[in-house]
This record gives sequence, structure tokens and C-alpha cells, in this order.
Amino acid sequence: MSANQDDANLLEVRGLTKTFGTLTACDHVDLSVANGEIHALLGENGAGKSTLVKMLFGTLEPNSGEIFWNGRAVTITNPGFAKKLGIGMVFQHFSLFEALTAAENIALSLDDGSPISTIAAKARALSYSYGLPLDPQSLVGDLSVGERQRIEIIRCLLQTPQLIILDEPTSVLTPQEADKLFETLERLRSEGKSILYISHRLEEVKRICDRATVLRHGKVVGHCNPRKETAASLARMMVGNDVEAVVRAPAQGIETAQPLLEIRALSRKPATPFSIPLRNINLTVRAGEVIGIAGVAGNGQGEFFESVSGEVPQQDAASVRIRGKDAGGLSITGRRLMGAAFVPEERLGHGAAPRMKLSENLLLSRHATDGKVFVGAGGMVKSDAIYAAAQRIIKAMDVRKSAPDPEAAALSGGNLQKFIVGRELDRRPSVMVVNQPTWGVDAGAAAHIRQTLIELARSGSAVLVISQDLDELFEISDAIAVMHNGELSKPLPIVEATFEKIGLLMGGAEPGHAEHALETS
Amino acid sequence: MMRLELVKRPQRSMLFSALSPFIAFVLTIIAGAILFALLGVNPVKAFQIYFLEPVSQVWQLHELAIKAAPLILIGVGLSVCYRANIWNIGAEGQFILGGIVGSSIPVLFPQFEGPLVLPLMLLFGMVGGAAYAAIPALLKARFNTNEILTSLMLVYVAQLFLDWLVRGPWRDPKGFNFPQTIQFNDSAILPELMPASGRANWGFVFALVAAVLVWILMSRMLKGFEVRVLGSSPRAGRFAGFGINRMVFFAFMLSGALAGLAGISEVSGAIGQLQPVISPGYGFAAIIVAFLGRLNPLGIVAAGLVLALTYLGGEAVQSALGISDKVARVFQGMLLFFVLGCDTLIHYRIRLIGLATPTLEAAPKLEEAR
Repeated sequence: MSANQDDANLLEVRGLTKTFGTLTACDHVDLSVANGEIHALLGENGAGKSTLVKMLFGTLEPNSGEIFWNGRAVTITNPGFAKKLGIGMVFQHFSLFEALTAAENIALSLDDGSPISTIAAKARALSYSYGLPLDPQSLVGDLSVGERQRIEIIRCLLQTPQLIILDEPTSVLTPQEADKLFETLERLRSEGKSILYISHRLEEVKRICDRATVLRHGKVVGHCNPRKETAASLARMMVGNDVEAVVRAPAQGIETAQPLLEIRALSRKPATPFSIPLRNINLTVRAGEVIGIAGVAGNGQGEFFESVSGEVPQQDAASVRIRGKDAGGLSITGRRLMGAAFVPEERLGHGAAPRMKLSENLLLSRHATDGKVFVGAGGMVKSDAIYAAAQRIIKAMDVRKSAPDPEAAALSGGNLQKFIVGRELDRRPSVMVVNQPTWGVDAGAAAHIRQTLIELARSGSAVLVISQDLDELFEISDAIAVMHNGELSKPLPIVEATFEKIGLLMGGAEPGHAEHALETS
Repeated sequence: MMRLELVKRPQRSMLFSALSPFIAFVLTIIAGAILFALLGVNPVKAFQIYFLEPVSQVWQLHELAIKAAPLILIGVGLSVCYRANIWNIGAEGQFILGGIVGSSIPVLFPQFEGPLVLPLMLLFGMVGGAAYAAIPALLKARFNTNEILTSLMLVYVAQLFLDWLVRGPWRDPKGFNFPQTIQFNDSAILPELMPASGRANWGFVFALVAAVLVWILMSRMLKGFEVRVLGSSPRAGRFAGFGINRMVFFAFMLSGALAGLAGISEVSGAIGQLQPVISPGYGFAAIIVAFLGRLNPLGIVAAGLVLALTYLGGEAVQSALGISDKVARVFQGMLLFFVLGCDTLIHYRIRLIGLATPTLEAAPKLEEAR
């Protein structure tokens, strides 16, 4: 179709290319978005979705290619120009000041100089009319992640855009909050606005999107109508081959198994004004089982992981017990020596030192537990031994890499995560605590990691998985507990758990949480 | 309108990383030539006097070793701090305290002689330097103060303390009111290595041994790994179970001990008594040595010799050409400037970006690598 006709697409992209050094993040990408459609941009993590939309919003400049807006060729040099054209964007990572109110945050992004009270009134009216109620006077620091996203959306809508780009909007929402969002999106579509919807969640794309463009390794691999596809066929387009399903044999005799990790009345004061306190958390993980902890990001999962791992030890020694012994007062090294292993959320800079070789990163978490093997007399590191052990892990976990012992930063996210998980599995830990095991990991590697976690549990270890990915938790857990505002619900056995029940808990619906409850109607 | 932007390079060039100190040295020479020309001196002749004449005879090489020894000792210690991302700028003060505490034995007990005196003095010197370095370490660990400021300010405290000592309680009563202590007795003097050919003393050997030991520590031992992890990714270090506060004390006290050893070696070797000024800024010049040596103990040995030459050259041009010996400071400053500049350009490249006409090739912002 010609870009100059009256029925031209709102947005048309041809041959857009962006390279970072030797990496081609977007490779001759074509995309068209018609007026009044919800268009999905599908792809795995690292497929180039975010790079593409950053070029559309003017925060990245393409190396080559053309962008047409209403049939007219444009060069989008900065976000201000994109906004002027009528493109609005809601980022995956919010850019809000926690110490300011919602209205002040909105005022900062609209540089029209109108008084805050006017903006607040407009924002309130707009938010109610779109079913996303928002109190403009509330401090961002006090709001839930879902409410913060509303600020971003309202701020975007106040600029009356023609095209709204949403980057993974439901990754921070409960299923019920997501339903609310979908209603709003459909409302916007009925008003003739277009939406570019970025996601890797197939079910929601099938549910609300009219057309989809699928990206893989920076290239467009197909355009389709998601309603006519199955989740499996979409997954195949995204990943390039079939992903093996994770196999989970039901756990046997868990009720009588030995508790290996016990958390008793764990509380923690907030470390900073905007971090979440932990409130009286109780949990038992027994030998042989996988317990999942669900929850919207920022409800205390990070604080919980630090407390369980011993990166921040507790006052009360009995608040964390490993293999029947008090561990609350011990450091992370002390807890490792009792048989526990930990995998944090951030890979680079927390789970691994980016500029160090894999063999050195092996030493990072195992210098004490395998002291005799890896460290010789007088504190000399046995470099042959750590090299051999690193190679063993690389082989066992199928870590793909370009050199025999590369720096951690040189690996892709999935491969580095496989190495970090493998580093801990290699010890055969009796307690394993993992935060976001497959965040940003490609589907093949994610399935591999999930399978190994299940196998570790079935071989007699206790596995605790903290994740925002509900599909993942349903796949691997024997029971799921939900963390909301620093409190942990009772674990729900997997046979009783449904998305709806877990979603309600994620919104804070458990009795006693009423005062923090979100609108879940 | 144009603006400059630093763009991170995808890969660091190994070749240029290794060459960077040499490139910096060449750039310093070029800038120095311009400087000499502006002063109305023939640059070729000036460089001959500055860099070649001070090392043309054997006794002069001894002088070079005397100047290089403290620079290397201090630089090696500082390299551990800087690798741990801990910014000890106060080696000059730790050097002085090492000199004072080590000298306390010959000054307060002039009758005490024998083979034990010297080892005890050296030990006292190291303890003095380490203890003085523990002050900024404690302030950082306990109150989270900025160690750059505290360690730097303690330099002036140390300088004034030494000044007070040699003018007051420790002044030589038979010294005609000169501000200096008594001459140390013979067993408190650090022996010369080869008295037949020059004055160089055992301090240079200490420096070489310290460089090799610290190199082994940093590249082969778990403690060195701990230093590197905490320096490059502190959160990963905490995950590894390494304590950041323990590291602050370790790095400060190790570098303080080496600076203290350098101080007492200088006092008992090259000077033979305490006087108001015992260092021509070794503690600060050693910062340049540490970076010029790429924070690698073996590289620091070479860098220490280069910096020692700038001191000797400064004295040489003063006597031969009548140029202020402050020119040595200028050369040291230029050297550090060019080393840091080269290092920056190895990690980043400069992009010129016109604001009026944005082009498609314009650079990404640093954080947006996908």
C-alpha cells in the first residue's frame, strides 16, 4: 500500500536498523500500525522490541530506515518531537519521583506551565473517565506499582496522543489489575486511538490485539492475526522451535518430610523511607518440595531475599532456621556452610561480577563452602581447580559462550543465568532460594532452569522460588504463597491454586490486609 | 551548536591498554617541549639535562633508586586501595607518621644499640603508618565519611605534628636550636646496598619485595580476589560474603603500613634524623605512580623509576638552566593527566554531535545498550 493515500496507516516503519557495536538489535524491521487498532509487538527478551520502540519515541536514533507518520516521512530526534507528533509512551520501568505527588510528577512532564491544581483536576477527571481512578495528591512513594503505572498512563493520555506505546504493561500487575487495563485499552481503541502493545505473554495478546508483529533476534519473522493463532503457534514463531514442556511429578509424602528451611516471625524495618518492611513472615519448606512466592514487584521480595540469604542478618537467630538449626544471626557465608544456596534477582553486579571470568565468578559464592577444593594453603587460589569446576558446570548446564572462560558480561542473560544456577546446583545444596529464576531469559533456557529446580527438589532438597511470573510458578511449584506489602500469605497447595485466587492475594485481598487493598472488582 | 559525548566502546583494546602509559609519556614529552620552548630554553638540550644526565653515571643510578624506593612502596600499597575502590589520598601523612613512630626508638633511647634496633624501627614505622591510616578507615566504616577528604586532611595534621615535634620535645638539645632531632646512632641507620658505588640503601630492596608480594596477593590469593570483587561490584562482593568494612580497614592499613615503612626507611636511610620536612611529596606522587603502573604492582616498579627521574630531572634543570625545580611537579601533573586521559579514551570514544541537524548516525546514550 502506498504511504500517500488517504487511508494510510497511522505509523509505517520500513527497514529500521539499529546496531550497538557488533550487535544488530533491530535488523531491517518493517511495521505498520493502522488507526484504531491494538497492535502487538511480540518477541522474547532481547528480540529487539524495546530498541524498536525507543527509536519510535526518539530516545534512540536508528542507523538506517524510514519512519512515516500519517504518510509523511519523519525523523524523530527526541521524545519531545515524538510527543508533538502524537506518540505517547508508557515505559516498563517508570520514571517517577517517589518523594513528589502524582500531580507534581505529571506537571514535570508537561512543560506547558499550567498550575498544578489545574493539572491535578484534569488528571483526576481523565483517570475516572477511563476507569483508572487516581488521587493526584498522593505521594508516589506510597503507591503500589499498579497505581504508579496509572500515573504514567494518565500522564501519557493528558497529551492526547494518537499512538500509545505500552512496554510490557502487565508485568507489574495482578491478573485483576490487568483486566482493568484491558478495558481501558479497548475503550481507547473505540475512540479511534492506536496502541502498540509490547508483550511476551501470548494469552493476553490473543485476547486484546488485532494484529501482531513477531520479532526474533532483531528481525521480523512474521505478521499475523493473533486471534487466529494458538498460543503454541505464536510461541513457535517467537522462539523459532518448540519449547519442551517442564515435567513435574507430583511430590510424595511431603507432609511428613523434614523441614529444611523454616522462617519464623521474620520482621524487618524498612531500610530506606521507600523500601518495604517485612511483617511477621512464616514459612516452612520441606525436603522434596518447591514453594513459589508470587507477588507484584516491589512488595518486599527483595528485602525478603536479603533476609533469608543472610546478606542482611537478623537480630532474632530463630527467625531463619536451616536444616533445623538457627541461622538468623549468621552471614550469607555461614548460611551457605549450613547447606543453603542462593540465586539473586540481578545477574550482573549481584549474582556475578560482570568484568570477571566465569571461573572467578564460581569462586564468588563457593570460596567458603568448597574452601579446601578451591583455596590452598595460605589463601592461594587453585586456578586449575576453579577452571575445571567452571567447565564442569558449563557442560552440565549447556552454557553457550564464545571463549573457554569468558567474562560474565560477555554471556547472554540466559546463558549467564544457567551458569549462576548451575554454580549453586553443582554443590547439591539442601536448601535453594532463587529470586526471579528466569527473568529476561529465553524460553529454552528458562525451561531448562525450571526443570533443574524441580529435579533438585525431588532429589531431597527444599527449593524456594520467588517470581513475578505466575505461569512459571504454576509450572514448578507444589504450593504458592503470595507476598503483598511485606506480608506473606499461607501457601496454597497447587491443586487448589488458581490464577484468580493468587491474583486476589497479590492485590492484598487476604483478610487483615484490607487497608492496603487495591480495587479488585 | 555542537556537543561532545563520551560513548562507551564495546570492546577495550588490549593493545592500547598496554601501550597507554607509553603514549602518556610521549604526550608528556611533547607538552614538556612546548613548555621549555615557551621558557626560552632549547627543548632538546633541556630534555637531555632532564632525562638523560641524571642517569648517566652509576652513583646517579643509586640516587634514582633512593627516590624510587618510597614511590614504589607507597604506590604498591595504594594500588590495593584503589583496586578496592577505596580512595586513600593520605599516604603522605602515613609516610610521615611511619617516620615519626619508627624514629621514636633512636630519638628517645639513643643508648639502645645492636642488631635489634633496625628491625624494631621498621616494625614501628609500619605500625605507625597503619594506625594512622586506620583513622580514615574507622571514620568511613563507622560514620560513612568520605575517605578522600579525611585522609587528605590528616596529611596536614601529620605535617604539623612532625614540625612541632622537631621544634619542641624532640629537638636536639645540642643542635644550636636547629629544628631537628639528634643524629641517629649507627645501628639505627639503614645500611647502604653497595657503599662502593653509591648511596642506595635497603629501602629499594624492600620496595621490590613488597611489589612482588602484593602482586602475588592480588593475582593469586583469595584476599586479592576479595579486593577486586569489592572494588568492581560491591553488591556481588556482599553476595560473596565479603565484608566491605573489613575491606576498608584491610586496604587502608596495608597501604598505611607500606607508606610507614617507606617513611622510616627514608628517615633512617637517606636522612639519618628527623627534620621538619622529610618528604618532597612522595605520598602524592605515588598516586601518579600507582595509576601510571596501571595499579599493577610490577608496573608500579617501572612507574616509580620514571617518577623518580622527574624529581632528579627537576633538580638537574634547576642547577643547569636556572629553571625552578617546581617543573618536576608540572611534569608529574601532566603525566597523571595524560594517563587518565588515555585510559578514558580506551574505555570511551568521543562523538561530536551537532544539535541543529541531528543525523541518523548519532550515538546512543550510555545506558541504552538495548
